[in-house]
Amino acid sequence: MLRARIVLGLYIGFLLLPIYWLVNMSLKTNSEIVSGLTLWPHTLTFENYTKIFTDPSWYSGYINSLQYVALNTVLSIALALPAAYAFSRYRFVGDKHLFFWLLSNRMAPPAVFALPFFNLYSAIGLFDTPFAVALAHCLFNVPLAVWILEGFMSGVPREIDETAYLDGYGFPHFFVKIFTPLVASGIGVTAFFCFMFSWVELLLARTLTSVDTKPIAATMTRTVSAAGMDWGLLAAAGVLTIVPGALVIWFVRNYIAKGFALGRV
Amino acid sequence: MSLVLDKVSMHVGGHTHIEQVSLTLERGSLNVLLGPTLSGKTSLMRLMAGLDKPTAGRVLVDGRDVTGVHVRQRSVAMVYQQFINYPSLTVYENIASPLRVARRPKAEIDRKVREAARLLKLEPYLDRTPMHLSGGQQQRTAIARALVKDAQLVLLDEPLANLDYKLREELREELPKIFAASGAVFVYATTEPAEALLLRGNTATLWEGRLAQFGRTPDVYRRPANITSARVFSDPPLNTMRVHKRGAQVVLDTGDTEAARGVLAGLPDDTYTVGFRADHLYLRRPDAEAIAVTGTVAVSEITGSESFVHVDVPRADGGSDRWVAVSRGVLDVEPGERIEVFIDPRRVFAFGHDGALAAAPPLAVAA
Repeated sequence: MLRARIVLGLYIGFLLLPIYWLVNMSLKTNSEIVSGLTLWPHTLTFENYTKIFTDPSWYSGYINSLQYVALNTVLSIALALPAAYAFSRYRFVGDKHLFFWLLSNRMAPPAVFALPFFNLYSAIGLFDTPFAVALAHCLFNVPLAVWILEGFMSGVPREIDETAYLDGYGFPHFFVKIFTPLVASGIGVTAFFCFMFSWVELLLARTLTSVDTKPIAATMTRTVSAAGMDWGLLAAAGVLTIVPGALVIWFVRNYIAKGFALGRV
Repeated sequence: MSLVLDKVSMHVGGHTHIEQVSLTLERGSLNVLLGPTLSGKTSLMRLMAGLDKPTAGRVLVDGRDVTGVHVRQRSVAMVYQQFINYPSLTVYENIASPLRVARRPKAEIDRKVREAARLLKLEPYLDRTPMHLSGGQQQRTAIARALVKDAQLVLLDEPLANLDYKLREELREELPKIFAASGAVFVYATTEPAEALLLRGNTATLWEGRLAQFGRTPDVYRRPANITSARVFSDPPLNTMRVHKRGAQVVLDTGDTEAARGVLAGLPDDTYTVGFRADHLYLRRPDAEAIAVTGTVAVSEITGSESFVHVDVPRADGGSDRWVAVSRGVLDVEPGERIEVFIDPRRVFAFGHDGALAAAPPLAVAA
């Protein structure tokens, strides 16, 4: 028992070390960071954080990112809900192939799609808008969302649908009032996965934006100034990118394992 | 209303679920669909409800063709074998659901829900969600929802199969009474002959998607139209033996020759299959005219007050028939033991080559 705890403690310490170091750095001055190894900030400073929250070129990065991430999550779920319902309830020609093809979309590296998206969005005036990134991310998130939601929906007995029809519900009424609450946890988990992918994805987000909607990750990669690298500021920005993910994961913590199994537990 | 199935068939992916079933269910009648699992009870109910559209044939309600009319446009309530409720709603809202959809006035909804809850003893649980109820309470919630709807067709698909013994007895007695007042066509599916007999009403015996017989329950039980109907309506399984009638004598499949008595006496010469239920296979000689057959005990089960003895009876062709005899009291026999069993020729059914009933005991002794 004790040994298990020690092993587990060591493992968690090992996992948390980089995060601790990031927080540690974000609270130091640049001179302390480059002067040598200190295990905790000797000259504690919140200047890095203050800068991010007051400088529009920094905080707008977060706003831009959150904008397209939120947009993408809503779009993905709105599109995936009816699709997943169809896959879980109806049999049609080629349904299994179509279902697998959806997932195979995730097997291509995003870089493959960067060029066509760039060209297409430039041509139709979507370039450098939140919609550009949100729509591009749908390519990966809608299939994933369909897979996860289908798993959750298949866990709801078909007889519930039929009972609702027998009771006189129309399909839209049934779907909103009866069915959606039954897969609420699935929707939460799906939202989490969409959020996570869209939040950490850098390549498409950077390619499809330039000035107005530059995501935070892109801002962070462009911080080399004449005075060299601003390590403390970067670390603070890094800490702040972890926070939204941590918040989201808190809400779906009880269902996350089921989500990883695509709802099939 | 009356419900008529006109030669309905249901084929799914090359499999026959229902084949050419015609039934007429009258207003206010209680109808039992009796058959083993996979006999098509649920498929037939789904066709009656309109959840599935038959591959062929028509469904008529009060003479109007409703084949293909969506279940929403029909007046149907259904209770499934599994306990199906809306998990996210309270028991109260579950029961109220069909009334809410129909936009009935609040006061009426409340009155009906409370009345149904009282009938089904759900009053203390109205504020709970179905997850926090026992299986019996969940099923009673489903039944209450079917009840408040005042549907003209009430379908209960083995509603008591997953409930414990005591609750089953209680609900089985109450259900027909609860629904009787509404004048609805009441359909009840079960695998158990005893349940059909307790419910009375009419019984339709089903076998492999086909209707074997439809009629008043006691009639179907005591005068099965064919051997399939008799098999479906027998638990333990129907005992059968082939006999060859030769004038005043019958040659049994065992090779023995007996005088043609009882039901067999009036039959023309031919080969018949004789069927008799377990309670008409005797372990002690009932009277002088009984036919004695010797077999080997295969299994012996004692259920408190009754003994079930499974006997292998050798045939002249080298095979053997497995029969079951039930008798009152505890009977001590060991597997492998040789035993003499007795058939009362006045209490057997005789079926012809095509399986149709050729002769049956008079109703007074058939039971």
